[in-house]
Amino acid sequence: MNEEIIIAGFGGQGVLSMGKILAYSGIMQNMEVSWMPSYGPEMRGGTANVTVILSDERVSSPVLNTYDTAIILNQQSLDKFEDKVKPGGLLLYDSNGITRHPIRKDINIQLVEAATESARMGSTRTFNMIVLGAYLKTKPIVALENVLKGLKKSLPSRHHHLMTLNEEAIKRGMDIVKPFHP
Amino acid sequence: MGELQLMKGNEAIAEAAIRAGCDAYFGYPITPQSEVLEYLMSEKAYERTGMVVLQAESELAAINMVYGAASTGKRVMTSSSSPGISLKQEGISYMAGAELPCLIVNVVRGGPGLGTIQPSQADYFQSTKGGGHGDYRLLVLAPASVQEMSDFVKLAFDLAFKYRNPALILSDGVIGQMMEKVELFEQQPRATTFDQSWVTTGKTPNRERNIITSLNLDPVLQEQHNHHLQEKYERMKAEVRFERYHCDDAEYLMVAYGSSARICQKAVLLAREKGIRVGLLRPITLYPFPSEPLLELSKQVKGILSVEMSAGQMIEDVRLAVHDTVKVEHYGRYGGVIHSPEEVLDAFMKKIVGG
Repeated sequence: MNEEIIIAGFGGQGVLSMGKILAYSGIMQNMEVSWMPSYGPEMRGGTANVTVILSDERVSSPVLNTYDTAIILNQQSLDKFEDKVKPGGLLLYDSNGITRHPIRKDINIQLVEAATESARMGSTRTFNMIVLGAYLKTKPIVALENVLKGLKKSLPSRHHHLMTLNEEAIKRGMDIVKPFHP
Repeated sequence: MGELQLMKGNEAIAEAAIRAGCDAYFGYPITPQSEVLEYLMSEKAYERTGMVVLQAESELAAINMVYGAASTGKRVMTSSSSPGISLKQEGISYMAGAELPCLIVNVVRGGPGLGTIQPSQADYFQSTKGGGHGDYRLLVLAPASVQEMSDFVKLAFDLAFKYRNPALILSDGVIGQMMEKVELFEQQPRATTFDQSWVTTGKTPNRERNIITSLNLDPVLQEQHNHHLQEKYERMKAEVRFERYHCDDAEYLMVAYGSSARICQKAVLLAREKGIRVGLLRPITLYPFPSEPLLELSKQVKGILSVEMSAGQMIEDVRLAVHDTVKVEHYGRYGGVIHSPEEVLDAFMKKIVGG
């Protein structure tokens, strides 16, 4: 198993921390992992992205040009990364704020309305966990129990009381994710 | 097995410094390595081990604090990124001349000048050929993973004291900013076990004064000192370290260190999927450079691609090592742009296999 993921969206959406939780989940499952953030000028433009690799073998390049999975959370990222998904790969996106939907027919496209759902749950901070849940439903590469362990590891202890809410958000994401056909 | 953590390369450097029994860190923040100082402060290194952690008023101040503290035989370090390391070159040359052990970490960014804050490997010449003025060399280690960022802190201190010479960890924005799992080594005592006969911690009546200086106005004596240094740099060649990746059956070779080595590992795998037998030699020490293993490998291959995020610096050492017996070309994006594995493979096919 070698899963190469790009997560891309606005700064503040929890892109980097979602990647970190995924990486920690991989460690809990004895996988090799890497987490490589964008830093610098492109972040100042308001977009943030992170490359996460989970693998049964030693990770080679932490920097990639094509991905098995793209998790896309704004229009700029969709424009930038839709073409970078490998044929047969996965594109998971939130349609909130999207004006041009994905068009590729050679990949698996899944839609999760995480922004809407997090508002419904009464906490926008659950947004990235809803997206994570949607991803895990589509590609269950790490077991939920390991994700929860990873979540606990990456949350500062002052936020541990939010574990239940986050777990609920992951499960919501699993429930509401649905295929999108261009 | 020790505890496994998910850490940034920069954080691993800082945690390893605490655990290696480092006595003092003097630095000045600069992207992409500011996490080193931030981590030492947030972890309260000064409470955990009594280590001094100080943000100096400038890079010049920081390196001269390193000079002073190193003169007392303590484990001392600084870290910076390219423009900051340039500012430190005077102090580094003085320490090389005065034979002071210390650790310098360079998390390289694009240059020249203030350049960019994105990753680069264009400080190879500066790191391996001296950097400041005079005939001197640093021990240069090039980590390619977060694990090595941690391990090489300890190794660099050991080598610096073994040879009484500044050691440099040459990293870059990729290795500094990425997170990987890392197995941390046990906390080491701060007490040093190295020869302390040369340190300036106060003269006792039963010995001569110890003088630490890089100044010698008598050219004959200064030449003798240079002979001594050159003899030491020869001895340092025993520390050569490298890694062979899919080299045994290789018909072609890539040579790359640090983050480019990781990118090349992927390029090697992609090439092998196409049935092209290529290997990777990864220099772990850049000084001393693994010239002999490279010469040995060059006898079995039809061409060598030197890959570095620069306009082509390490390629000079690769060419010197193989004596023009085989074709050697350079490939690399630079100025802060990172080449992808596919771009490396493409250049390899055009310049080495097809060319």
